[in-house]
Amino acid sequence: MTESSQTKNLLKDHVIIDKAIEPNAGWRDLPIGAVIPKGGTSRQFTTGDWRTIRPVWSPEKCIHCHRCWLYCPDMCWVSEDKKIQGVDLTNCKGCGICANVCPTKVHAIEMHPEDTKTEHTAGED
Amino acid sequence: MALQEKLTKTAALTGNEAAAQAMRQIHPDVVAAYPITPQTEIVQLYSTFVNDGIVHTEYVAVESEHSALSATIGAAAAGARSMTATSSNGLAYMWEMLYIAAGLRLPIVMPVVNRALSGPINIHCDHSDTMGARDAGWIQIYSENAQEMYDNLIQAVRIAENPDIMLPVMVTMDGFIISHGMENVELLPDRAVEEFIGEYRYPYALLDIENPRTIGPLTLQDFYFEHKRAQADAVVKAKTVILKVGEEYGQLTDRSYELIESYRMEDAEYALVVLGSTAGTAKYVIDELRQDGEKYGLVKIRVCRPFPAVRLGEVLSRVTAVGVMDRADSFSGEGGPIFAEVRAALYGVSHRPHCINYIYGLGGRDIGPDLIRSAALDIKSLKDGSESDSLVRYLGVRE
Repeated sequence: MTESSQTKNLLKDHVIIDKAIEPNAGWRDLPIGAVIPKGGTSRQFTTGDWRTIRPVWSPEKCIHCHRCWLYCPDMCWVSEDKKIQGVDLTNCKGCGICANVCPTKVHAIEMHPEDTKTEHTAGED
Repeated sequence: MALQEKLTKTAALTGNEAAAQAMRQIHPDVVAAYPITPQTEIVQLYSTFVNDGIVHTEYVAVESEHSALSATIGAAAAGARSMTATSSNGLAYMWEMLYIAAGLRLPIVMPVVNRALSGPINIHCDHSDTMGARDAGWIQIYSENAQEMYDNLIQAVRIAENPDIMLPVMVTMDGFIISHGMENVELLPDRAVEEFIGEYRYPYALLDIENPRTIGPLTLQDFYFEHKRAQADAVVKAKTVILKVGEEYGQLTDRSYELIESYRMEDAEYALVVLGSTAGTAKYVIDELRQDGEKYGLVKIRVCRPFPAVRLGEVLSRVTAVGVMDRADSFSGEGGPIFAEVRAALYGVSHRPHCINYIYGLGGRDIGPDLIRSAALDIKSLKDGSESDSLVRYLGVRE
């Protein structure tokens, strides 16, 4: 495949994939056979809206052991300068692993129902 | 054209040999296959071609038909032209993968040698295997003889790989009757086949590592329906493509192909609808009846998926009565699958002929001219109301 045709393909695929991600895309606008013709598209698929409970972090209790950061399956915990800054809930499914691995004596993370107003979260959800 | 004819050679081949020769000339990148009677010979011959270095195909000897089609699907998705072949219970064992191949829009071409499904176990011809698979999303082309099997396989590649279609195609021939019967088959020069089918280009090849892709992702309530709608559209478009490819093939070989074949239908008053090898015998019977001054004709369904309902309606609306011959029972209690679909095709025509069903030849039960003749004469006796009590008749079964 020549470079120019590759670029052309990419461009074409880009158009197709953008349409495919439109929730209201009609059947004529989808790539055949449900192919996802581009890599890395899972970034566009946020799993935060699956959540029914959310982690609530208490910075004053946190010992910055980073177990939450390490165990989170969606890399939601934000760390800067070896300090936990909070949790970005964009992709947080509310699985509760972070609260579970937070050392018992520390107890810096609690899972709260989604309707509860929370503070100390680093990201927007 | 003249040069082409000179290079064409005629050989005495069985249907299986003709299919293997077509595959050799198609020269797929990958063949994954598992043997089953009466198809075994096709993949056995092909493995010999591989062993002898006649073809440069990756031959995958798998442990089952489910794996055979799975490997073929994987290879097709990777960007390779891929084929397999099967029969009967082997096709049944591919069931899950049949729908996946069609749903993923992979242009796999697969010869299927028709054989009755078990049980009781039987190795001989009927159409219960491919008729059961008719709603799996594959294009289905039925062959009357070894020549047609060869011709249909070559055309199938072009049909499957057409960018508007991108669907798998099964090309069938009757087990033993065609697969193991020897006939003169006209073979195209290798180069002509190569030029006719062209190069395989799957637009989403997984092995195109510069452009990573996902094939077969999860689609739920949000997108599955749209993908099925697109698949249905491709099947409809296939009718035009099949005709175009059939015409082009005719220019190359003087044997052009359509969705159906009308035989002596011009002024026919009565018609038989047949598919597969029985069409050959039925043509002989039609000729005999014509000699007796009886106005009979025959319609052979070549392409069963997409179903040529409009064409059948056009051709059959001119006759008084139609006998639809099914080499499979649908066990709906209402006759065979072809009968149901032909009747549905006739619902919209203004002059609806009488239409009854003959189920015949199950498990390889022989169907000779006498039986076909008896069915032909039987439909002549149909009058208004006479069909209500015995719409489905079993031809050649011991009472």
